[in-house]
Amino acid sequence: MTSLELEALWLTIRLAATTTALLLILGTPLAWWLSRRRDNLSALVESIVAMPIILPPTVLGFYLLLLLAPQTTVGRLWEQITGSQLAFSFSALVIGSFIYSMPFVVQPLQTAFTRVPVGLLQAASTLGANPWAQFRSVVLPLSKRSFITAASLGFAHTVGEFGVVLMIGGNIPGETQVLSIAIYDHVESLQFGEAHRLAAGLLCFSFALLFLLYRNDPDSAWRARP
Amino acid sequence: MTGLSLQLNCPGEGAFRLTVDCHIPDRGITAIYGHSGGGKTTLLNCIAGLRAAAPGSLIQFRNVVWQSDQQFVPPWQRSIGFVFQDARLFPHLNVLQNLEYSSQFSRHQGDISISSVVELLHLGDLLERPADSLSAGQKQRVAIGRALLSAPQLLLLDEPLANLDHAARGQCLYYLRRLRSSLDLPMLYVSHDIEETSQLADHLVLLEDGKIEAQGSMLELCSSLDTRLSQDEQSAAIVLGTIKRHDNAYNLTELEVEGETFYVNHLPEPLAAKRRLRIPARDVSVCRRRPPDSSILNIVPVELAEIGDVRDARVLLRLTLGEQHLLARITHKSLCEMQLVVGDLLFAQIKSAALLTEAVGGHI
Repeated sequence: MTSLELEALWLTIRLAATTTALLLILGTPLAWWLSRRRDNLSALVESIVAMPIILPPTVLGFYLLLLLAPQTTVGRLWEQITGSQLAFSFSALVIGSFIYSMPFVVQPLQTAFTRVPVGLLQAASTLGANPWAQFRSVVLPLSKRSFITAASLGFAHTVGEFGVVLMIGGNIPGETQVLSIAIYDHVESLQFGEAHRLAAGLLCFSFALLFLLYRNDPDSAWRARP
Repeated sequence: MTGLSLQLNCPGEGAFRLTVDCHIPDRGITAIYGHSGGGKTTLLNCIAGLRAAAPGSLIQFRNVVWQSDQQFVPPWQRSIGFVFQDARLFPHLNVLQNLEYSSQFSRHQGDISISSVVELLHLGDLLERPADSLSAGQKQRVAIGRALLSAPQLLLLDEPLANLDHAARGQCLYYLRRLRSSLDLPMLYVSHDIEETSQLADHLVLLEDGKIEAQGSMLELCSSLDTRLSQDEQSAAIVLGTIKRHDNAYNLTELEVEGETFYVNHLPEPLAAKRRLRIPARDVSVCRRRPPDSSILNIVPVELAEIGDVRDARVLLRLTLGEQHLLARITHKSLCEMQLVVGDLLFAQIKSAALLTEAVGGHI
């Protein structure tokens, strides 16, 4: 592999890992909140979370670009705080991937949380467990498999994104050029051999990951695919 | 301030409303008895803090206010143990881990050790088993143990035997009686089964349509003619006896009640042990002279204390036997023909079959 390709690979892994970590941290409370309510507000939030599944990535990317551009409030604020531009940066990619991959993390967790019987939490509370302790000692262990599924799908889906990245990240080697963009680059310049190497690699990675997931827990993996 | 004081107001489904104002004693087992849908579980959930009663309610246990208009203590801070009808063991933990679950929350130090709970409920062989692999009766035993180990000062039991088959029910009753005699822990026991209630409870609260109909000592309430219990076809008096002799030749046990001997089928308890007998009113008849050559073994002298109202051609009599009472259901016709009046000295004949079946319930 060329150094440019290695850079793209490393960038892709960093992006996917950062996005997955953020999604697990912020998506878990959101999934918990969604699993405990059934009203208009939760339906609204659930719909927003699920949007990336049906929207063309370019639509999402387009609006994100408008939102994060240097002349917008968000863009200006970001530049004031960090001193660098937000659009076409690694941070913009993280924001885009976060939104784009959110349903793949939130939905399996929400399903798992919904399946934890309220009665078990009541039992835990009469045994001295406050809500956080109930979550830690009952909900987490009972949803362990779904966390693995959610993390894997979130990671894989971020690795596989293209449209959003292209719209808000552009194609800057070392900063925003991830593997899927690098493949596009190779094909554009008719370097089919190089494109093959990367494409085949991604193909094998995705296949292996999904195979492992479905083999271990077919139910929750399928449920994550609406 | 001792025991549990309740002034509860809690809306339920539709027009149903639980309105309770009572005091639960600090000792022994208090049974909350009533038909399904009468508000028993709602009452227990309010006491546990699993649901909040409406404003204006007051729940106070000993000197601690659990709910008032000023405060609501959440369930994890109330010194209760709760045994649910469906056990609710944690499926990802084994039996030992379920028992130890509450030890991670240092609510307060309990004076009961895990080894004594294992001993008391005979859980030794189950400790390594996954909670999922247990039978319903075993699960309920573990659930009771788990609740005891959370160092409760009040144990709440919500129909713990309702999901069990006959054999498992008898076993669990046996263990609950063991708890009552070996622990100094007040218990609140919700049930719609009068037989189970009469084996266990010291006090009885009759709850019907969200209201308390009567409350008092179990033995007294059961022999009262004024409550709904007496109108039930199953109405029965409960007497307390001492095991006097085991008659192995006939497979009977002699029980002494107020100086009189009752023959019942063989009981597992040792000599001198106390044992309750439930004697259904429909199995008791009265006569003025002791009948000679009767096949009925249990004939005891009694005094007619009270005559109930006539219902469906039949009438309920309350008979005094020493300090205790029996109930007899006879026809209105017999009452008139025998010209029975309060104060008459009679003999009560008890069909042995009655005592026999009632005694089976608790043994293992």
